[in-house]
Amino acid sequence: MNPKDLRFDKEHEWVRVEGSTATIGISDFAQDQLGEVVYVDLPSAGDSVGAGESFGEIESVKSVSELFSPVTGSITEVNEPLRDTPETVNEDPYGEGWMIKVELAEPAEVDGLMSSEEYEAFITEDE
Amino acid sequence: MRFIPVTCEQRSEMLRTVGAETIDDLFADVPEAARPGRPLALPEEMGEVELAAHLEELAGRDAHAGTVVSFMGGGCYDHYVPAIVDAVVSKPAFFTAYTPYQPEVSQGTLQAVYEYQSMICSLTGMDVANASLYDGATAFVEAALMAARVTRRSEVVVSGAVHPEWRETLRTYAEGGALSVIDCPARGGLTDTAALRALVSGNTAAVLAASPTFYGTLDELQEMAEIAHGAGALLVAGTNPILLGVLEPPSAAGADIVVGEGQPLGSSMSFGGPGLGVFACRQEHLRQMPGRVVGRTVDVDGRTGFVLTFATREQHIRREKATSNICSNHALNALAAGVYLSAVGVEGLAGIGRACVAKAHYLEQALMGTGHFERVFDAPFANEFTLLYSGDVSAMQRALLAAGFFAGLDLGRFRSEDAGLVSFAVTEKRTRAQMDRLVAEVGAR
Repeated sequence: MNPKDLRFDKEHEWVRVEGSTATIGISDFAQDQLGEVVYVDLPSAGDSVGAGESFGEIESVKSVSELFSPVTGSITEVNEPLRDTPETVNEDPYGEGWMIKVELAEPAEVDGLMSSEEYEAFITEDE
Repeated sequence: MRFIPVTCEQRSEMLRTVGAETIDDLFADVPEAARPGRPLALPEEMGEVELAAHLEELAGRDAHAGTVVSFMGGGCYDHYVPAIVDAVVSKPAFFTAYTPYQPEVSQGTLQAVYEYQSMICSLTGMDVANASLYDGATAFVEAALMAARVTRRSEVVVSGAVHPEWRETLRTYAEGGALSVIDCPARGGLTDTAALRALVSGNTAAVLAASPTFYGTLDELQEMAEIAHGAGALLVAGTNPILLGVLEPPSAAGADIVVGEGQPLGSSMSFGGPGLGVFACRQEHLRQMPGRVVGRTVDVDGRTGFVLTFATREQHIRREKATSNICSNHALNALAAGVYLSAVGVEGLAGIGRACVAKAHYLEQALMGTGHFERVFDAPFANEFTLLYSGDVSAMQRALLAAGFFAGLDLGRFRSEDAGLVSFAVTEKRTRAQMDRLVAEVGAR
C-alpha cells in the first residue's frame, strides 16, 4: 500500500506537501516497473519547473524515462546522494529515494492530484 | 553467384493470385502520363564471361591510387594497409554478419569493438569512445548535437578552417532546427581566435574546430578550449587519428569531444567510402554520447564478457528522445582500425606519423624550390600542407595525371576564395623518388 499522506500523478510521481514545500519522487509501482535503477539525472537547486514539465530522467537496465513534475515552483533541494546510489529509488521510493523539493508557486495544483486510494485504483486499472 | 529475383512461373503465379493477367494489368492504376510508354533503355543481356570483361573494362577507366601516385588528401589518404587487416576483416563471421550484437552469440565482434574503443581512448586521451559513427563528418555533427544536449544550448560556432564538407554536413543537420550555426572565419589557415572570442557567448554550446585543419595546419586548440570553457561551452576537436602517435592528443589541449575520420587506420580509400567516424568524450558526458557502446562485464560465473551498453538510450528504445538517430556503426571499419593499430603497435604508429610529417616537409620545400608556388600560411603542419600555385591549377593537375600523379587537392573546388590553393598530402608510402619526380614534372611546366 502507498502512504496515505501522499498525492500522485498519472506519470507515477508522488508529492508530499509540508508547508509550502513539495517533496517529489516516483511511486513504488513505478520503480517496480522500471526495474533496477542505474542512473538518475537530476536538475540543480535554483532551477524552476512547471507542472507536467520534465525535471530529469531515470535510467534502469530496461529503459530511460523522463521525470515529470506534478507541480509548479522553484527547486530548493535535490537529493544529491542519488547520483552515486541510484538504487535507493528501488529500495526506498517514498523515503530516501525522494528526488527534488519544490517551493510551491501554485499550491492549488496539489488538489488536482490523485489521493493514495485513487492512485491504487489507477494502477490497478492500468494493469 | 546466380541472382534471379523471380522466375517466370513465380511471376505468373503471383499475378494470378492478385487477379491480374499481365504486368500491365497490375499497374493499371498508375496514370498513363506517369508511365514511360516505352521499354527502358537497357543494354542487351550479356553472358557471364562477356559481363566480367565489360566490368573490368569499366573499372579500368578509373584512375586510382593503385595505379596513380597520390598526393591527394583532404580526408581520405593513401596509407599502407598491412595484409593482416584484410585477412581478419574478410573472415565471414565478421564480414557477412549484420548487426551481430547479441551477447550470447557475438562475443568475438563485441570484444573486437571493445578493443577498438579502448585504442581510440588511448590515442585521443579521452575516457570513453563509442563503437564508431559513419564518417568524420557525421561524428563532427553528432558532437555538436551532443554538446547542445550537455549544455542545454543550441548555438555552435564553427571554425572556417574545418573541412568544408564537414561544415556542409553540419548545416544540413542544422536545417532541422536543432542547432544554429555561426561561422568563425579562418585567418592564415587557422581559426581566427580573435573573431572566435567575439562570437562565443553564454548561448554557445560548442566551439567546433579541427587540428590538423582542412589546410593541414595545426590549429590553436588550447586557446580555443579556453575561450569555449570561459563561456561554459565545450570544445569539439576534429583530428586525424593516424597522427596521434606524434601529435599531442586533443584531450591535452582541453578538448571535450574528439572526433575524426578513421579511414587512415586500415581502411582502403574505396573512392571515398565507407569511412569511419571516430568519436570519444569525457566520462562525465558519457550518457549524452551518441551511438553504440560496447562494455566489458562479468557473467553469473564471474567470467569476462562483452555487451552493448546504454542501448536504452538508442533510437529503437528511446524513439525521439534518443541520443542520436544513428543506431548503427561502421563495425567492419572499426575492426579494421583495431587490427591496424594492433599490427603497427605504439612504436609503429609513431614511426608512421614521423615518416608522414618528415616527407611532407621535404616535399613542401622541394615544391617551393620550383618557383611555381607561394607559401600563404605560416602555421606549422603535419602530413598535409597548402600552397598557392602560380598557374592554372586544373591544367597542372590534368598534365600531372597524365604523368601518373594525383598532384594534390584543388581547394578552389570547395570554396571560390580558396582558388589557386592546392593541398598536398604525403603518406609513409611515398618514396623520395616519387616526390622528386612529382617536383620535376611540376617544375618543368
